[in-house]
Amino acid sequence: MKTHGMVAAFENPARLMEAARRTREAGYTRFDVYSPFPIHGMDAVMGEKRSPVGLIVGGMALVGAAVGFSLQTWVTTSAYPLVISGKPHFSWQAYIIITFALFVLFGAFSAVISMLRLNRLPRLHHPMFHSTLLERASDDGFLLAVEVDDARFDETATRDFFTSIGATDIELVRGE
Amino acid sequence: MSVNTTNVNTAPAVLEEAPLVQGGMSFGGITAKISGIVETRTPGLWWLLFGVALFGAMILFGSIGWLIWEGTGIWGLNNPVGWGWAIVNFVFWVGIGHAGTLISAILFLLRQKWRTAINRFAEAMTIVAVICAGIFPGIHVGRIWIAYYMFPVPNQMEVWPNFRSPLLWDVFAVGTYFTVSFLFWYVGLIPDLATFRDRATTRIRKAIFGVLALGWRWANRQWKHYELAYLMLAGLATPLVLSVHSVVSTDFATSLIPGWHTTIFPPYFVAGAIFSGFGMVLTLAIIARRVFHLENLITIDHFEKMNKIILVTGSMVGYAYIMEFFIAWYSGNIYEVFTFVNRGFGNYAWAYWIMFLCNVITPQLFWFRKFRRSIPIMFTLSIFVNIGMWFERFVITVTSLSRDFLPSSWDYYAPTAWDVLTFVGSFGLFFTLFLLFLRFLPMIAISEVKGVMPEADPHHYEHGDAHDAVEGRRDVRHGGAA
Repeated sequence: MKTHGMVAAFENPARLMEAARRTREAGYTRFDVYSPFPIHGMDAVMGEKRSPVGLIVGGMALVGAAVGFSLQTWVTTSAYPLVISGKPHFSWQAYIIITFALFVLFGAFSAVISMLRLNRLPRLHHPMFHSTLLERASDDGFLLAVEVDDARFDETATRDFFTSIGATDIELVRGE
Repeated sequence: MSVNTTNVNTAPAVLEEAPLVQGGMSFGGITAKISGIVETRTPGLWWLLFGVALFGAMILFGSIGWLIWEGTGIWGLNNPVGWGWAIVNFVFWVGIGHAGTLISAILFLLRQKWRTAINRFAEAMTIVAVICAGIFPGIHVGRIWIAYYMFPVPNQMEVWPNFRSPLLWDVFAVGTYFTVSFLFWYVGLIPDLATFRDRATTRIRKAIFGVLALGWRWANRQWKHYELAYLMLAGLATPLVLSVHSVVSTDFATSLIPGWHTTIFPPYFVAGAIFSGFGMVLTLAIIARRVFHLENLITIDHFEKMNKIILVTGSMVGYAYIMEFFIAWYSGNIYEVFTFVNRGFGNYAWAYWIMFLCNVITPQLFWFRKFRRSIPIMFTLSIFVNIGMWFERFVITVTSLSRDFLPSSWDYYAPTAWDVLTFVGSFGLFFTLFLLFLRFLPMIAISEVKGVMPEADPHHYEHGDAHDAVEGRRDVRHGGAA
């Protein structure tokens, strides 16, 4: 069976944060931490860049607004021009609400879709699910895993390293 | 400054607040408590309530069936009252649907951590209420098989909707509100669905929650995108909450009917919506807390905060009621003056004073801390709020229409049995869907509640438990706060 990586459990969020810092300092790059809730400050410790979700949402929301405004303009001036309560065909003031609604709608969909795509979700399986320790993360476990394709990964050396940074449990994750 | 210098160092800069989670619950305890609700055998009480609710939903569908067969003539509508209970019910349910997204979005942006205990089921309540709301205008169009005309769908007649009509704005505003609320709710559910997946003991449960959790793995590199996406949804939903009922109010305000044609409507409707939504959240939360023994998670402090919001929004609504009278007099417009005198003292005065009593007078009890923290009082008042807000919409819709400009066209509106059955049935649908949610999904946001506990903050381990403090902890600090 193929090895996916090695996972270690830590006592609490503070210990996990410290472990992540030490792991990064030791030169590991392909590692991640697992926790029941996001731990604030962890991104800085792991050297994570800011997520691009915000930019994507902003861009797509503007696209939504443009679609909304131009749809209404096209319908009321060209596709189906009607004079209603004496208003001009291009009565832009009346378009604002639907423009705003589509701004929000496109933004919300792009937030969800970009989050899922960046996380490579949805998926039905992942090698990490072979870990029995991982289930603790859904309850009260604080885990750190190094993947096998990390240049510094070595079964014994990594295990010793995890022990030295205070892991309470260590598990080799095998399977695909 | 304090004379006692030893106090200066220890005195906190902010008011001391009781912990959000009480009873010394651990992370594991919270998982077990909330998951336990749905993992045990279905209680008999649930079946009983579900049976009653389902019966109500059947009444709704039966009434709708008869309506489609026979037409809107089965309702009490007449000339000039072309908008009866259906529109009243629509506005009532949409209003209730405001609390959920307010709690989840606005309170999230304002960092009100207490929201985590109630946001999940308030959001579920929102979604269910908006479903109930959406039914009414849908069936009110009469020929519901061409209801798709409301959407900009290219069709063989090359007819397009009128984008200048507030009724069409409503389609977009409410449609967007439902969609965004649903996405927000679902994104919040993902980690908790993964918890259910990991705790599942049967293959079928594992498969269902495995698919629903979308493969969530708890990884920080996932949380990073997740948290920002959640923040973005909150940021988008915040103006949306305020806009939806504003748009609903334009259905009235852009017309020329006396009592409707007023600029106070958007803020007045939004305040009323938040008021009614919190009323319904409170009613449901008090029952759920008792039935599922959630006293440690939904505390009296949570209720007190909600009661304060009810007091504030109830008073805003009261201000609007009085201001409408003032403006009617101040405008010098005889039709406006007549409309408001007629509201308070005409044919429908009974409805007006029920509304005024329930929405303005009784919530004033919440000025007193004792009443804000009394479960029987707040439960009673929350029911009053629900009743009062239904009557508000009734008063607005019916009194203005039944007495418009020409006395020769005046008429008294009364509902028929079908109006009543449809409305009662909508409660059946509401509770059917809400009970299904309580039975199958986590009613409290497990992950979020854990995240606001002091133990979730790495800095927590620096004090007190000295042995937990880790060396070099200063490096991991961010923001430079001491």
